[in-house]
Amino acid sequence: MAKSLFEKVWDAHAVRKLANGQTQLLIGTHLIHEVTSPQAFGMLRDLGLKVLMPHRTFATVDHIVPTDQLVEPFADPLADAMIKELRKNCQEFGITFFDRSTGKQGIVHIVGPEQGITQPGTTIACGDSHTSTHGAFGAIAFGIGTTQIRDVLATQTMALGKLKVRRINVDGKLRPGVYAKDVILHIIRTLGVNGGTGYAYEYAGSVFDRFSMEERMTVCNMSIEGGARVGYVNPDETTFKYLEGRPYSPKGQAWTQAVASWRSFASDPGCHYDDVVNIRAEDIAPTVTWGINPGQGISIEEKIPDPSAAQAVDEKASIEEALAYMKLKPGAPIKGTKIDVAFLGSCTNGRLSDFQEVAKYIKGKKVAPGVKAIAVPGSQGVAVLCESLGIDKVLREAGFEWRAAGCSMCLAMNPDKLVGDQLCASSSNRNFKGRQGSPTGRTLLMSPLMVAAAAVTGQVSDAREVFHVRDLPAAV
Amino acid sequence: MSLEKITQVTGRAVNVPGNDIDTDRIIPARFMKCVTFDGLGEYLFFDVRKNADGTDKPHPLNDPRFKGATILLSGANFGCGSSREHAPQAIQKYGFRAIVAENFAEIFFGNCTTLGIPCATASREDIAKISAAVEANPKLDVVLDVAKQEIRFGNQTVKASIRDTARDALVNGRWDAIGELLEGKPAVLQTAAKLPYLAA
Repeated sequence: MAKSLFEKVWDAHAVRKLANGQTQLLIGTHLIHEVTSPQAFGMLRDLGLKVLMPHRTFATVDHIVPTDQLVEPFADPLADAMIKELRKNCQEFGITFFDRSTGKQGIVHIVGPEQGITQPGTTIACGDSHTSTHGAFGAIAFGIGTTQIRDVLATQTMALGKLKVRRINVDGKLRPGVYAKDVILHIIRTLGVNGGTGYAYEYAGSVFDRFSMEERMTVCNMSIEGGARVGYVNPDETTFKYLEGRPYSPKGQAWTQAVASWRSFASDPGCHYDDVVNIRAEDIAPTVTWGINPGQGISIEEKIPDPSAAQAVDEKASIEEALAYMKLKPGAPIKGTKIDVAFLGSCTNGRLSDFQEVAKYIKGKKVAPGVKAIAVPGSQGVAVLCESLGIDKVLREAGFEWRAAGCSMCLAMNPDKLVGDQLCASSSNRNFKGRQGSPTGRTLLMSPLMVAAAAVTGQVSDAREVFHVRDLPAAV
Repeated sequence: MSLEKITQVTGRAVNVPGNDIDTDRIIPARFMKCVTFDGLGEYLFFDVRKNADGTDKPHPLNDPRFKGATILLSGANFGCGSSREHAPQAIQKYGFRAIVAENFAEIFFGNCTTLGIPCATASREDIAKISAAVEANPKLDVVLDVAKQEIRFGNQTVKASIRDTARDALVNGRWDAIGELLEGKPAVLQTAAKLPYLAA
C-alpha cells in the first residue's frame, strides 16, 4: 500500500500501543539545550533513572549565550548558572555537548543538520517548538515539553497520537526577490496560525524540488507558527548531497546503504493525504507581518488592514488588538514604516545562504543613521564559513554588528533586547507581544534581504527596489 | 507510580478573553532563566498583568473578585507558540487546575495533559455563558466533569470535549506516561535494533 513519509517513519518507530490509545514512539535522535532540559534532568534524578541512549542525545547551548561576550562567567549570573548546569548534566549522563569550546556550538536546529546528525527517515525530538526545522531532511521532528524530555532521556520514547498529513504543493516559479521566508509567511497567512493543528505538513511541488536544504529548513522551521507540530520535505538528491561528508553522516559502505534506505522513506506516489493545498509560486510576494502573530502578514505592496473592513467580529477584534500594540495606522501602507532595529539571524534565517544573500546586495550600502543593526550567525560553523568568505566584513562595513552564535534577539533571553517600544525588522520567526525582550517591543517578520532593505533605508522597504533585485539573477 | 484519577475539577473560574494567546504572553522568556520550575506562578501573564514599575494593569487575574479561581477560561488557539513547559507550569503553580477554551495549540495541550491539567474545549457561546455567570457571581462553583465531558455551573450544563486519549489518561490516572513507557523497554530495544542509525 502506498504510504506517506510520515506514515513510514511513524511505522518504523512505533514501539507499541499504550493503554490510552496513544503510541509509544521511539525517538532516534534527542537534541537538548540549556533552557528546557535542566528540570528534566532534575526529574530523572528524583526518579533514580539514567539516560537510556546517551549516544543518541546531543546537547548545545544557544538561548542564553551572550553574542558579544565570549568569556565566562557571563555577566548574567542566571545565564551562567544555566550553561554550567548543562555542562554538569552532560558530563554526569555521558552526553555529547557541543559547547562553545568545541567550535560546533550554535542554535540547536542549525547544529543538528550541520553535523549530519539530522537524517532522513529518523525521528527527532527537542524541547523547542522549532524542532520542525529538521523535517527539511525528511525526518519527523517534534517540539516537546520538559516532562517529555524526561521521558525521552529515560526511555528514548514518548507517548504520542498519530497526526494527519496535509500536503502543501507550491508549484511554479518564485519571482525574483521572493524567498523561502516569504513562502512560509504566505502559507501561514493563507492557512492560519492554527490551521495546522493536528497535522503534519508535507511541503512539495517544484519550488521545494528546487530549494536548497537551507531554504527547506526555513520553511519547515515555521511549521509550528501555522499550528503544525511537524513539517517535512521528502528526501532527494539535494538532501543526500548536503549530508555527504558531514561529521555524523555514515561513511563508505554504510553511506551507500543509508542513501538507499533514506530514499525508500519518501512518500509513495498515490499515497493518501488527509488534505491537499495548492499554492501558486507566482502569487507569493515579499511578505511582512504587521501584527502580533505570524499569520498577520501582508505583501510589501499591501496596506495595513483596517478593522472597520473586517468581515468577522473576531477578525475585527484581533486587528484592533494588534494595531493598538503595534502602534500602526489602519489603511496605511506597510512600506515606509520607520524601524529602530534590524536583526539578521535565528534558527529560521541564520544560515550561510541568508548572510550570503544579504552580503551580495548590501555591499557598498550603509545602514541608515539611528538604526541598530545586528547580524548573528546561527552557529560557530556558520560564523566561520561567513568569515572565510568575507561576508562578516561586508556586513560590518555596511554598519551591521557581527556577533557570536546564538538565538540572540529572536527571543532575547540573552542581553540582545529591544528597548521600550522599538520596532524591529527581524528575520526571526515570532512577532508575539514582548517577544524580543521588551514588554512593549514590536517585531516585523520578513526575509533577510527585506531586513537588509529596512536597515539601509531606515524604514520598511521593498528589497527589490532598494537593491534593484530584478537586475540581478534570481536567487532561486 | 500511582497518580490521581482526575475525573472532575470543581472551583471558581476566571475568563482571560482573547484568541491566539501565546506562550510568550503566558510566561515571557526572560522568566525562563531558571533551572527549576519553582516560583513560576508569580510570573504568569506577567507583561499583561504588570506595568514596568511593578504596579498592576487591569487584567482579570488582578481583579480581587477572581482571586483563588482554579478554572481558566479563554478563546481559540490557546497556548500557541513555544513548546516551553514553563507555560503550563506557571498556570498550575499559580493555582489553576483546568483550562477551558475554544481550542488549544498542539504542544501546549500535550504538556498540560502530562501535568494532569485537563484542557477542555467548549463552544464560544458556552464559554461566554460560563463567563457571564461567573461575572455575575464570582463565587459560583464551576464543575468541569472530565469523565462526562460537560461543564456544570449554577443550574446550567454545557458540553465540553476532551480528546479521547487525554481523557482516558486523566480519568484513569495515567496522565504521566513515564511508568508505562519504562515498562515498554524490551519492546523499545527490539524496535531500536531494527534501525541501523541507532547502533552505538
